[in-house]
Amino acid sequence: MTVSNNTLAVEVMRAPKLKPANATFGIAIGVISVMTLAAIFAPFIAPYPPDQLDFAAVNAPPSPEHWLGTDGLGRDLLSRLIFGARTALLGPLLVVIGSTVVGMLLGLIAGWRGGWIDAVLGRIFDVLFAFPSLLLAIMAVALFGKGLVAPVIAMSIAYAPFVARLTRALIKAERTRPYVAAYRVQGFSGPWIALRRVLPNVTPIVGAQSTLNFGYVLAELAGLSFLGLGVQPPTPDWGAMINEAQAGIVGGHFLPALEPAVCVVLVVVAFNIIGEELSDRIGGEIPA
Amino acid sequence: MALDSSTKAVAAQRAAAAGPHRGGHAAATVRRVAGKLGSLALTLFLASLLVFFSRFLVPGDPVSFLLRGRKPSPEAIAQVTAQYGLDLPPWQQYLNWLFGALQGDWGRSLQYRQDVSTVIGERLPVTLMLVVMAGILIAIVGLSAGIVASLNKGRVLDRATLIGLTVLSAIPSFVGSIVLIAVFAVQLGWFPTFGSGEGFADTVYHLVLPSIALAIVFVVLVGKVTRSSMVEQLGREHVEVATSRGLKRGTVIRRHVFRNSLGPILTVSGILVAGLIVASTIVEAAFGIAGIGSLLVASVDRLDFPVVQAIVMLVVTTFVVVNAIIDIAEPLIDPRSAAGASAR
Repeated sequence: MTVSNNTLAVEVMRAPKLKPANATFGIAIGVISVMTLAAIFAPFIAPYPPDQLDFAAVNAPPSPEHWLGTDGLGRDLLSRLIFGARTALLGPLLVVIGSTVVGMLLGLIAGWRGGWIDAVLGRIFDVLFAFPSLLLAIMAVALFGKGLVAPVIAMSIAYAPFVARLTRALIKAERTRPYVAAYRVQGFSGPWIALRRVLPNVTPIVGAQSTLNFGYVLAELAGLSFLGLGVQPPTPDWGAMINEAQAGIVGGHFLPALEPAVCVVLVVVAFNIIGEELSDRIGGEIPA
Repeated sequence: MALDSSTKAVAAQRAAAAGPHRGGHAAATVRRVAGKLGSLALTLFLASLLVFFSRFLVPGDPVSFLLRGRKPSPEAIAQVTAQYGLDLPPWQQYLNWLFGALQGDWGRSLQYRQDVSTVIGERLPVTLMLVVMAGILIAIVGLSAGIVASLNKGRVLDRATLIGLTVLSAIPSFVGSIVLIAVFAVQLGWFPTFGSGEGFADTVYHLVLPSIALAIVFVVLVGKVTRSSMVEQLGREHVEVATSRGLKRGTVIRRHVFRNSLGPILTVSGILVAGLIVASTIVEAAFGIAGIGSLLVASVDRLDFPVVQAIVMLVVTTFVVVNAIIDIAEPLIDPRSAAGASAR
């Protein structure tokens, strides 16, 4: 048994093609690391409390006191951006984890069992595909109220079918491989093979796809806060900051709106680069 | 919006649905169309169940849910109860809602005290206009970017186009909106900052910036699909044959490459439609346009659930129907896609 396990292991371990890290990938990782650290250590880094008003410096341009200027209420923009990174990153993180866990489980069941379970799940996914994620999130807010909780749950549900469909396709391809039959012959149970041996083999590809989703989810949640349906002021949040700063734009005060917008774009670009690079490196062929 | 994975998902779905192609061509087509229509009806039915019964997930009684944030008098409670038949069993409430909706009666808006259909009808034209203008922009920019990239595959121009598309794909519509407002409306004063104008020409003028803001994120979808579809066709034998026959490169690309790569582009366009309508909520809010999107946000804000239900159902129906039409029409436009789907 040990011998056969070792020979199998050779086949199971399809080592990811390692390419030299390129510069953009490094920069993207850097951006995400900085944002994450800022979010975690916000109270220690931010020069001011995020909601400290200073009516003497309203809509102030960047200065030694306020590096990135202040908003319409005289709040320090840099401090608000640093604290805003918390909700901006936490929301998508929860959605990506939730949708990946649920989606992989459902995809595993559909792909492994097949038959009527597969058909029923496929039909449910079809229905959910018809609900764009932002629409489902807006509907959740209409039902359960504003904030981050309802949209995060709704978007986890909206993204789960994408993960599930990918997992299902990968599992179907994996099932027919010889190592699965070998485990079967040795008397391992179906669920054990599926969970302990097959699922780990498809996880990297699914994980790379989920990384790509992170950026989209972040943009959508920020958009929801921009609409006034997500994170509520005065909590510092990038989307909510843009919403609050909108009135100032017509008056020529661009910075309070542009700065959080730049943060959103930076993080989305960074996650897209990381996601695409990971997909490339893992080199998994996604069966159609 | 998980654009990449959604494309793949749809492609997978199509490949699975196409199935083997047997028997007479006409009979097979009828069977295929009937199957698609049945599937369409089932999806819409299940979606309507989700939209209607979602209300029952909220704890508490339905009257106080519908009248949240308002101070209901006993008469108001009685009126709402009677109007929505809230004393009926849920399945009967659903059937009433469904059959009403099928006849265009979506109930009454709590906020506007008008029929939901009237409220939506007034705001629909602007949103359609916005979506159509954005769609045209996406088609022009996306197709040309994809074609230019594919014809220069692997060269600098290809790389530059792909990088450009990736950057555009990371600019959410609210970011696009505020940047466009700041630069072109406030700084340069070329365009209005607010509203949708009067009359056709003025409306188009008012919607220039909003449609650009709406189009930005979606250009990447059409651009990348066009590129990969063209690249695939360019490598085909029949293109080589056409070139070796001495046809002009322009003719080869127009007739033999581009026309053959339209299938995947059409499929992606179907996904775009719902995405554009939903994203228009953000653009309409940013530019103060009184369309369906801003109505949806206002209805969520003012707890006007009947309107929310109707708009959600409208968007979902549009998405499902447009995709079904594309799905059904594609093999009629290009007969090989039905025959070839299983062979490929």
